[in-house]
Amino acid sequence: MSTTRALDGIDETLAPQGRRERNLIYEWLSTVDHKKIGILYIVYSLIFLLIAGFEAMLMRIQLAVPDNHFVSPQTFNELFTMHGTTMVFFVGMPILFGFGNYLVPLMIGARDMAFPRLNAFSFWISAFAGLLLYFSYFGGSGLYAAGSAPSVGWFAYAPLTAKVFSPGHSTDYWTLAIFLSGIGSIGAAVNFVTTIVCMRCKGMRFGRMPLLVWLYLVTACLVFVAVSPLTAAQIMLTLDRYLGAHFFDTQAGGSAVLWMHFFWIFGHPEVYILVLPAFGFASEIIPVFSRKAIFGYPAMVGATVAIGFISLGVWAHHMFTVGLGPSANTFFVFATMVISVPTGIKIFNWLATIWGGKLIFKTPMLFSIAFLFQFLIGGLTGIMLSVAPFDWQLGNSYFVVAHFHYILVGAILSMIFAAFYYWYPKMTGRMLSETIGKWHFWLFIIGFHLTFDFMHIPGLLGMPRRIYTYEANRGWGTLNMIVSIGAAIQAISILIFAYNLVHSYFKGKAAGHDPWDAWTLEWSTPSPPPDYNFAVEPAVNSRRPLWDLKHPDDPDSDYE
Amino acid sequence: MARHWWVAPCAASFFAGEAFAEYPANIFAPAATPAHSIFDLSMLVLSVTLGIFLTVAGLLTYALIRFRQRPGDSNEEPPQIYGSDQIELSWTVIPILIVVMLFLTTARVILGTQAIPKPKNAMNVTVVGHQFWWEFRYPQYGIVTANELHVPVSTAAHPEPTYLTMTSADVVHSFWVPRLAGKTDVIPDRVNTMWFNPHKPGLYLGQCAQYCGAQHATMLIRVYAQTPAQFMAWVRQQQQPAQQSFPGDPLAAEGEQVFMHNACINCHTIAGTAATGRDGPDLTHLASRQTIASGSIPNTPANLRKWIEDPSAMRPGTLMPAMHLSQHDVDAVAAYLTELR
Repeated sequence: MSTTRALDGIDETLAPQGRRERNLIYEWLSTVDHKKIGILYIVYSLIFLLIAGFEAMLMRIQLAVPDNHFVSPQTFNELFTMHGTTMVFFVGMPILFGFGNYLVPLMIGARDMAFPRLNAFSFWISAFAGLLLYFSYFGGSGLYAAGSAPSVGWFAYAPLTAKVFSPGHSTDYWTLAIFLSGIGSIGAAVNFVTTIVCMRCKGMRFGRMPLLVWLYLVTACLVFVAVSPLTAAQIMLTLDRYLGAHFFDTQAGGSAVLWMHFFWIFGHPEVYILVLPAFGFASEIIPVFSRKAIFGYPAMVGATVAIGFISLGVWAHHMFTVGLGPSANTFFVFATMVISVPTGIKIFNWLATIWGGKLIFKTPMLFSIAFLFQFLIGGLTGIMLSVAPFDWQLGNSYFVVAHFHYILVGAILSMIFAAFYYWYPKMTGRMLSETIGKWHFWLFIIGFHLTFDFMHIPGLLGMPRRIYTYEANRGWGTLNMIVSIGAAIQAISILIFAYNLVHSYFKGKAAGHDPWDAWTLEWSTPSPPPDYNFAVEPAVNSRRPLWDLKHPDDPDSDYE
Repeated sequence: MARHWWVAPCAASFFAGEAFAEYPANIFAPAATPAHSIFDLSMLVLSVTLGIFLTVAGLLTYALIRFRQRPGDSNEEPPQIYGSDQIELSWTVIPILIVVMLFLTTARVILGTQAIPKPKNAMNVTVVGHQFWWEFRYPQYGIVTANELHVPVSTAAHPEPTYLTMTSADVVHSFWVPRLAGKTDVIPDRVNTMWFNPHKPGLYLGQCAQYCGAQHATMLIRVYAQTPAQFMAWVRQQQQPAQQSFPGDPLAAEGEQVFMHNACINCHTIAGTAATGRDGPDLTHLASRQTIASGSIPNTPANLRKWIEDPSAMRPGTLMPAMHLSQHDVDAVAAYLTELR
């Protein structure tokens, strides 16, 4: 047994709720509290989720039937550029930073992030970046009259971004938005790493950190390494566009392929930056609703770190059709396939956690189960795409679009929903409605599978991505109609979810400090937690301090 | 949840078979060696992944049913199990073995497609990608054409594979005709190569597979695989200079004058005339092509006339400007181009 003091007991003190005069707007604008900043990130991302979802719906209406004229080609190209950019940079990353901001200090028994003001700066600079991107709708072509959004695609391949092919300022808004969002992300990453390394409470050794914290640590390290080249590349692109540099200017000896390398050395780790926090949610939620400790904690940590390293060496699998040559292709095939091993370990460990448990199918668990199946399928289509020759057919087709949406929506968004149902009570003090939650879940699942299962098939039948229309004789019509119907069902489910968030905030059941009978430190403090998080700084001597507290006769610390 | 998983492995029977006509760009209906070797490899990959899926999803489903909380269960927590080295080792080692197997098979196909020397009897085509059309040059035959690629079929008795040497005049494009081969990117200031050898005569459809701007969607590719005799006949016909006298058609003769005295010649070539531009498609034998606007519009006199009058009305974002010709001149140019067989 460790000599550290056991947790003193659940903190039952309440935040000071007095009716002191306060300016709500000023309070939220100037806050440096990690919980408030976390919620700001989350609300901000949800607004962008609705916007980018709306863009997706417009695209699905356009593609539902062949030879459609619902939107113009130019508008369609702007829609997929804005949809992709928004979802990755202004929904995916900020929502995960938001949960991380809220949860990491609570889970390691800290009172705030290491650098609270840097935290606020990171959020506001990212928020400004999102507004800048959308301001292109007004100012994109130069401030005279109607603007236009960028239409270079979310990976903005050079030299399409060169001044000669993309005149006006819309591409500059895109570049600046990515640049500023990159600054914000790097700031957040600095904060996460420092917080996790330096601010753990007494007894919280690395080997006792909740897996979610481990996953955020690796994510933050990846953000450093991956987002920095992307941010640098935005400066290079701006130099090309305005100062006559030739990094990517092929007409003056620059290289289109150089941009691809810059983009994908960010772009592939980015997938892991988004999915690792989702793994973190799963690793917290699945054990609680299986009533079992996570199976194989050391292997889970090892697999996470392995994924972090390997993910930095797989980027050129986005470039199998670029003509890098057989040796480079073969290397990246191998690296990409190898990453499936630690990923497989994770799936098997979650399965083993469920095995022999006592499963409670509350909404967070339902979404986690959907995550497991959908991540499995998305992972397996990933293996298909890692087979370079198969990728020569599937790459840039709707099969790829279906594959990465399986990961981004089927796995990551599902897990984000699970996280909402699981931690919303902690953040607001009220439970989300289970009834509305089940409606949300089932509609989402039906819509998701109608959309993204069927979306693979047009890709197999030769439909490339990013086309604003297609001819009737290609045989893609019916499938695209099904895909669009599924998208509409998903949209309804998202609106139901949004309703649940608002409705339950006012009418939800009181949560109490520990509604799920869970085991990590955030549940030892009131919901919502007071500004200072913990009245008494906690001390732990196992991975599940609240389990030890609830089962003093059989504490975890005996087995670790 | 697994709907497409049942569909995909059955591809050989479900997608292929007689469904070619219905799905002209079906990757599971290969018609040349590169597409065939990808098809064979894909069947192996699909079988392996299907096996993994059935195993893991089966175990997961079983666990979800077997270990669900039932009404009347005791309130006690289930036994806490923290891990097991043997089991965890097994689900590390088995995937590694699968990965090694898949990797070796994949490497063989990569090397077999990309690392083999070009045979002497290959038919060479230089492909230049443009916003938003394809330029095809045949150095062996001195032909230049656009968007419709004619190639000979290649049989075991008479092998004549087609080798494409590809680059781009502007932004990145990607050449993809799914039934013949996987896609290869067409990149400015860089030369890529690919090859295919259609086994049977026919029309194979494809299109640009890398987003390249406003009309990426209509940057289509049509590959006509012809018997060697038909192909050589086509070559001889394309080698002729453009027709320059139009005895029965004074309007066409007038159209030629209009064409030669307008900016048309800055962008288009018509062999044997003053028109030597390279920014737009070569029109020497335009009337022998079945489509205009990179395969997206049927080449009928009516469409051609509409196109000349205002290309952006038919294809917003196309780089060809409207020349603001009089109605009569539009008719004349259309009549001229219709004669260029």
